[in-house]
This record gives sequence, C-alpha cells and structure tokens, in this order.
Amino acid sequence: MNNKTLNFSILALALAAPLVLYPVFLMKVLCFALFACAFNLLLGFVGLLSFGHAIFLGSGAYITGHLMLNYSITPEVGILAGVGASALIGLIYGKLAVKREGIYFAMVTLALAQLMFFFYLQAPFTGGEDGLQGVPRGFLFGLIDLSDNLTMYYFVLAIFIAGFLLIYRTIHSPFGQVLKAIRENEARAISLGYKVNNYKLQAFVISAALAGLAGSTKALVFQLASLNDVHWFMSGEVVLMTLLGGMGTIWGPVLGAGTIVGLQNFLASGPLANYIHVVMGVVFVVCVLAFRQGLVGELQKLVRKNF
Amino acid sequence: MSQDYILETRNLIKEFKGFTAVDDVNLKVKRGTIHALIGPNGAGKTTVFNLLTKFLNPTRGQLLYNGKDITRADSATIARMGMVRSFQISAVFPHLTVLENVRVALQQKRNDSFFFWRSEKKLDEMNDRAIELLDSVGLKEFASARAVDLPYGRKRSLEIATTLALDPELLLLDEPTQGMGHEDVSVVSDLIKEVGKNRTILMVEHNLNVVADLSDTITVLQRGAILTEGDYATVSADPRVREAYMGVEADQPANDEEPQDTTPTAPAAAEASL
Repeated sequence: MNNKTLNFSILALALAAPLVLYPVFLMKVLCFALFACAFNLLLGFVGLLSFGHAIFLGSGAYITGHLMLNYSITPEVGILAGVGASALIGLIYGKLAVKREGIYFAMVTLALAQLMFFFYLQAPFTGGEDGLQGVPRGFLFGLIDLSDNLTMYYFVLAIFIAGFLLIYRTIHSPFGQVLKAIRENEARAISLGYKVNNYKLQAFVISAALAGLAGSTKALVFQLASLNDVHWFMSGEVVLMTLLGGMGTIWGPVLGAGTIVGLQNFLASGPLANYIHVVMGVVFVVCVLAFRQGLVGELQKLVRKNF
Repeated sequence: MSQDYILETRNLIKEFKGFTAVDDVNLKVKRGTIHALIGPNGAGKTTVFNLLTKFLNPTRGQLLYNGKDITRADSATIARMGMVRSFQISAVFPHLTVLENVRVALQQKRNDSFFFWRSEKKLDEMNDRAIELLDSVGLKEFASARAVDLPYGRKRSLEIATTLALDPELLLLDEPTQGMGHEDVSVVSDLIKEVGKNRTILMVEHNLNVVADLSDTITVLQRGAILTEGDYATVSADPRVREAYMGVEADQPANDEEPQDTTPTAPAAAEASL
C-alpha cells in the first residue's frame, strides 16, 4: 500500500469515526494528538526535550477561554488569540532556553513553566483553582453553531489536519533539513556556518504556537480551561505520548496520544479506576524497556525487515 | 603585511583551571600554502584548532583572519567568513544520505534555510552541484546511501566534500588521515593536495609521511608552545623535535623498517619517519 492510499484511508476513517465513537472522546484524542505532534517537532526533529510544554497548551486554553467568556468574539478569533499568546510566550521562553543543552534545557523549560503555573494560579482572570468554566463555543465565522458535538468534531478535525500538515511541511522543508542536521551533529552544523540557536528558536516558537492551538481548541471542546492544562503533570504526559507512539516519526505522536487517551477513558470506567496512574506508569516502563522506538518506530522496523 | 597571512594569532593563551593548554602561540599561516601543525599527544594542537574556530574562547591573545580581528566572533560567523574546519572524529550527519550531507552545506549559502513553509523539493536544485562535489572525492555512486553506513575512510572523504561545498578560503583539517588504512591515507592525501591548489590549508596531522609530502610549512607544538617552525627538512633535523617525539636523546639508530603509515598510533609512525 503506498503512502497516498494510506493517508486517504486514515482521512476516511477520521471522517467516519463519529458514527461509531463518541465525538467528545475523538476530539480529546485529536487535541492531544496535535499537542504531541507539536512536542515531537522539538524532541524528534531537533533533539530538544522540553519539559514545560504544558504551559503553551494551557496558555492557549486560558486566553481563548477568557476572551470567549468575556468578549463577544467568534471562536476562530479566540483560537488565533490563544495561538498568538502561546507563540509569544514561546518566543520569550525559547530565547532563554535554547542557549542551554541537554538536561539543562529540560530544567530551564521546567522552571519557566512552573513560574507560569503559579502566575496562572494567582492571576484573577484564570479563576484560580476553579478554572474557567462554561466557555461558550460560539458561532464559527459568526455563522455555524458549534454547540453541536458533531459539527464541533469536524471543526476540530479541520484544525488538527491543518496543524498536522504544517508540521509535516516544516519537517520536509529547507528549514526542516537544517533542523535534522542540528539533531544529527550540532557541532558540525555550527562549523558549516549555521547559527543553530536561531533555528532552534524558530522551531521552539512553531512548536509552542501549535501546542497553543491544541490548547485553545481543547478549551472550546470541553468549554473549560483549568490548572490541569498548565500543570507539569501534563508536560510529562506529552512526553509519554510521544515516546509511546515513537518520537521522530510523523504518526507516532498521533498513535501515542490515541493510545493514552483511550486507555485513560477505558480505565476510568473499569475496576482499575483508582489505579490509572499506576497502569500508566507500567505502560511507560514497558514501552521504554521493550520498544524504545515506540509503536510506530517498531512497526516501521518490522515492515523494513519483512518486505 | 596582513595580506600575506590569511590567519594570524597573537600571543594566544588558553588556560583551563590553572593548566595552560596553549601558551603564548604566535602562529602565522601564509596564504595559498599547506601548513601543518604537529606535536606529541597533548601538545595542544586540537585546542589551538578549537580556539581558531571559536569552539573555545581564548583566555588572552588575539586572532586575525584576513587582517580582521575575529577574537570575539562566534563559530558560525567564522565559517561564513570562509574559514571552515573538520573534526578529529569524522563529522558527518549520520542518518542523512550522502547527498543530503553535502546539500546541507550548500544550503547554507542560500537564503531559504528558515523557510518552513517551502517544500524540500526546492533543494533538489542543488543536486547537480552536490553530485559534482561527491564525484570529486570518489563518492558519486554512494550518493543515496546513509552516511552512517559508509566505511570510515569514505566518511572522511564525505566530510571533505561537505567542507568544500562551502568553498572555503581556509580549510582547517583536524587529523584527516587518523585511523585510516594505507590505501585510504594516500587517497585522502592526494585529495588534500588537489584541494590545496587554490586554497589555504591548516592541518593537524600525526602521520609524518603525509606531512612531509604535503606541507609547505610545519609548526611543531610542545606543551602548548611553539617549539620550532620551518619546512620538513629543517624541522625534522631539529634535535629538539626528535626529542619531543621520542622522549629520549635522539641519537638512537634510525629504524630500518619501512615507515608503517597504516599504524593508527601516531607516535610510532612519527618515530619511524623521523
């Protein structure tokens, strides 16, 4: 099966999915899949482990939620504002973080994210512990009522596809080629005359903006923006999703996000409901020990071996 | 005056926590020559390279490239000025193809390296030039292989092709023949000679056969300082050089065997050919 057929089959599945599965669940998967793809752009294609990516997800959610609640704007404007805010925070944080490497980069991003977490906890517009509840979905372009879950689903799907294609193009662009070179051998990239920090920064901002897009969309889906979205626990979860699915692969984070969200939903209604985090921990350990390249990575290896 | 010298260091000093790795080095590299930097292990050759390309910052002293002070410039800027280095451990982009490796270097001169919205197919414009460069180092038929799958000697050739893609004025080669077998050594050595026809080359090299064959000027470093400088005949006749390499008085009988330039351990080869 060639790639085009594969992509069209996936698209057909995505379009037909709400006939079988609950749309809100699917939208949750799509939001997290976009978030994980944005994160993977940094980890998988530049080799930067950001440990504070929740802040971009959450900032998108808070800004969009706040604007939708308090001003009569349409959802696409609310989302754009959320994306803009995340990109701006990404620019500032990125400037500070890209000068550091390896574990120090991870620590700086974590520290900056914690700083922002406590800001959101105290700031009056976020509703503190309660979060922003009852965020209206509004009318898309002032015309289409998004309060219907099925309509909302196709809107979210369109956003996901746009974000996914942007990431795909970024990876397969002249810029993406330089990113791969930096990931492969940073010193050599420098010695060829590339100012690598500028490239890392641009990748960081793109990643932050797309994480913000995921957050803004999520706020509209659940009509809620809360501290959960900016908590470091969320930053950890996106690492898990990406590693489970396969970092550095284009479909890995999507599959990883689908698996984790699906597992959480499944467990929440079963007898293991109180042990979700234990099960997740086991999944993570098994994944890291048994298949390092993640689900997609291992699949690719299998295909390469047998065909 | 500075027009004769493409690169100059003035009283270059690098200290690491009380240890002076590079001690008051005044190096002058003449334009259009092949200049070799030799010396026993730990003499500070690679440190000098790292200082010249600003992968390290000098503690004191001044660096001049084409008469311009580059003491405060960063590594990427220096590369863009035309002074490009290679590394001791072969520096390729392992999981990119051989063609892509060269293209990354060619791409640096284009203006689309920040374009994340443009298709990478645009980069195919550089393929002809990249193939030409690969051909010049004998790697044309490996263009679509991944760099990691190349044997060691070919990785070094790829590295040179990648460096040449930038069309540098001054090439800094850090042990270009290190760890190579006899055949690879002569291939790379011919390559350097060819490349050096219209460029300046500064190289760190352990294999004294290669050095004797290629270099116009040799600078001998010992414990971070310049011991002596001159052409091969002058340098190899200097008893201090022989002592530095062998660590004993140099009146032992010369080794009768053919110089073993396949030996990866450099001092042995050095002894043999001195």
